[in-house]
Amino acid sequence: MSQRAWIATRKGLFQVLLDTHAGGPAAWRIASSSFIGEPVSMVLPGSSTHPMIAALKLGHFGVKCHASDDWGDSWHEIATPAYPSQPEDAQDEPPWKLEQIWSLAAANGVIWAGTLPGGLFSSKDCGASWQLNESLWDRPERLEWFGGGYDVPGIHSICIDSRDTKRMLVGISCGGAWLTRDDGLSWELRAKGMNATYMPPDRTDEQNIQDPHAIAQCAGPPDTLWCQHHNGIWRSTDAGALWHEIKAPLSSFGFAVAAHPTDPDTAWFVPATADQQRVPVDSALCVNRTRDGGKSFETLRTGLPQKDCYDLVYRHGLAVSADGQHLMMGSTTGNLWASADAGESWQNISCNLPPIYAVRFEAVA
Amino acid sequence: MVRIVLTPQLQRFTETPEVEAIAATLRDALEASFAANPQLRGYVLDEQGHLRKHVAIFIDGQMLRDRQNLSVSLTPDSEVYVLQALSGG
Repeated sequence: MSQRAWIATRKGLFQVLLDTHAGGPAAWRIASSSFIGEPVSMVLPGSSTHPMIAALKLGHFGVKCHASDDWGDSWHEIATPAYPSQPEDAQDEPPWKLEQIWSLAAANGVIWAGTLPGGLFSSKDCGASWQLNESLWDRPERLEWFGGGYDVPGIHSICIDSRDTKRMLVGISCGGAWLTRDDGLSWELRAKGMNATYMPPDRTDEQNIQDPHAIAQCAGPPDTLWCQHHNGIWRSTDAGALWHEIKAPLSSFGFAVAAHPTDPDTAWFVPATADQQRVPVDSALCVNRTRDGGKSFETLRTGLPQKDCYDLVYRHGLAVSADGQHLMMGSTTGNLWASADAGESWQNISCNLPPIYAVRFEAVA
Repeated sequence: MVRIVLTPQLQRFTETPEVEAIAATLRDALEASFAANPQLRGYVLDEQGHLRKHVAIFIDGQMLRDRQNLSVSLTPDSEVYVLQALSGG
């Protein structure tokens, strides 16, 4: 099986392919580009039930969504999620205006979009129309959410339970983690155990103000969740009912996390110096991997720059393929690396891409 | 007739027909453009019906300041330019 991945950047969307030749070494190459010059905040690879979707964040003309059925050879604009009319007596500080699509996920033909300023949208018609999830938007706790990374709160992680797609957990900066068991009809907070040292001492364990930078789910068993939080790393083995803190070497600060698709004890993180600097520790890039549920870590550096390196990997900038062996990582400095051995070693694919927002794998038969 | 001219920068995404219309207000003029190409609405206005933050409108050479109230009056031969602001790039 060959591999395909999509790279969403500040200046366009790139397709990268792993070419495998009999007898020769496999090598990734940039195969095509789309939307050159435009910010692509997120991409959803296509499947048999939905097209590929690219979310653009046009600097002047707002958020736009485009779909492709031919791996980016052609695109057509589809509907963009839109917030309802803001009531005059709304108590929100942020206006009800779409600023960015921060996350995209799909299951059973339903596409979910997590956005800034905090709305979750769904589409059952491949993006021809979108509906705001009002039960989450109308939660009174939402008024307590605040921006983390951006000026307004946003939904950056959507974890759909592979056993039962009516169960879904979303991660919000800053609004904790929320679980639905009934396809979005009702929601409950699921951030117990997380801790926020950026809050006053008597509020650090409050669930609704936690800043999970990213939450990744083990596809099977999906009750295992990993969270790279603003103040460290947490893991849950009960679908977010309780989170346990984990200490990683070098630094537990970072943005990205990738969860092994089948092994609930394996996950990868990219440590950075907390909190104001946000660069690799000692200017040397590495990946922390645990294979025992966070009891211990290996720090993996082979093939990554170990001197004068200031690449930061954003929360969607690290991905693992469905086989758990291929990893890909893109940085704010436009470097893109791949690993074919679960992170043991890395090869640079490009050091000249625009700042990378998101990396996503797509399996190719 | 009021003349509405859209920035050619929009042509990367959608058609920008030059429209002449009878329009008493800026809103009427914009609606005439949107009637010519409905897709334009989402590029110029946000979902609350406000002028997008980084879109600039000039009416007879004067920049529009109020992004929410689009009922500003036009003269019968006003020229309305909808431009890409220098901010937001």
